[in-house]
Amino acid sequence: MEDFTPVSALIGGGLIGLSATILLAVNGRLAGVSGIMAGLVPSARDDAMWRILFIVGLLGGAAAWLLVTGGPVIAFDVGWPVIVIGGLLTGIGTRIGAGCTSGHGVCGIARLSPRSIVATATFVAVGALTVLISRHMIGF
Amino acid sequence: MIRNLAALGAGAIFGLGLAVSEMVNPLKVKAFLDVAGDWDPSLTLVMGGAVMVSFIAFRLTLRRPKPILATRFELPTRRNIDRRLVGGAAVFGVGWGLVGLCPGPALSALIYGDVESAIFVVAMLIGLAVGPRLLAMFAASPAPDVAPG
Repeated sequence: MEDFTPVSALIGGGLIGLSATILLAVNGRLAGVSGIMAGLVPSARDDAMWRILFIVGLLGGAAAWLLVTGGPVIAFDVGWPVIVIGGLLTGIGTRIGAGCTSGHGVCGIARLSPRSIVATATFVAVGALTVLISRHMIGF
Repeated sequence: MIRNLAALGAGAIFGLGLAVSEMVNPLKVKAFLDVAGDWDPSLTLVMGGAVMVSFIAFRLTLRRPKPILATRFELPTRRNIDRRLVGGAAVFGVGWGLVGLCPGPALSALIYGDVESAIFVVAMLIGLAVGPRLLAMFAASPAPDVAPG
C-alpha cells in the first residue's frame, strides 16, 4: 500500500462530485462519460454540442493540471493488441450495461440506484479478477 | 449558450479531478484492481469522495422542480436488474482490468499524446457504436429484459 494517495484521491473525487452536481443542477444531465460519448456515435441523438464541450473540458482540465504541476505521470503495462481488446470491451460493455465508473459508480450510487450498485459491484469484481488472472496467472 | 459553458466547465472540473487523483494513469487504476499484488486503495477514496459530494448535492439539486437552465432533469428510468446490465458491466470490467482505463480517464489521457491512449479511445468508440448491434446478434430470445409494466 506504499502508493496509497488518500488526500489527492479525496480531493480529486470531490472535484468529480462537484462536476456531476454542476451538470445536473444547470443542465439536468448526469455526468456519465460513456453515456455522454455514446450520444455522439452514429445513430445517436442530435444534442451533440454539450457532449462535445464536456469532453473538451475533460481534456482541458487534465491538461491544465499537467501544465501547472507536470503530473501525474501515466504508463501502460500492456501492448497495443491488449489495448485494442480492452478498448473494444470497454465500449461494448458500457453501452450494453448503460454506464461506466462515472455514470454507475458515481452518479448512480449517489442516487442509490440499485441498478448502478449492482453494475459497479460487477465491474469492480470482474476488473479485479481480470487483473488477478492476466497479471498473476498468465503474466502479461 | 450558457448550458454549453456549464457542460464545458463541468467537464474541466471532472478532468481536473481525474488528474489530481491520478486516475488518468492506467497503472494507478490497475494497482487498485490488483488485490493480490501491491494493493493501492486510492480509487475507493476517489469514488467515495465523488459519491459523498454528489449524494448530498444531488439531493439538494433534485428538490428544485427543474434544472437552472433546462426544462427537466433527465434521469434514467429503468429499474430492472437484468442480464444485459450485469453482462455489460462484466464485459466492461474485463476491458478495465486488462488496460486500466475507463471512459473518462481514457479521454483525459489523450492529452499526453501517447499512441496507447489514442488506440484505446478509437477502439472504445467502435465498441460504443457496435454494442447494440452485437447485443441484437447474440440475443437468442428477443428482449427478455423489458421492464414489466
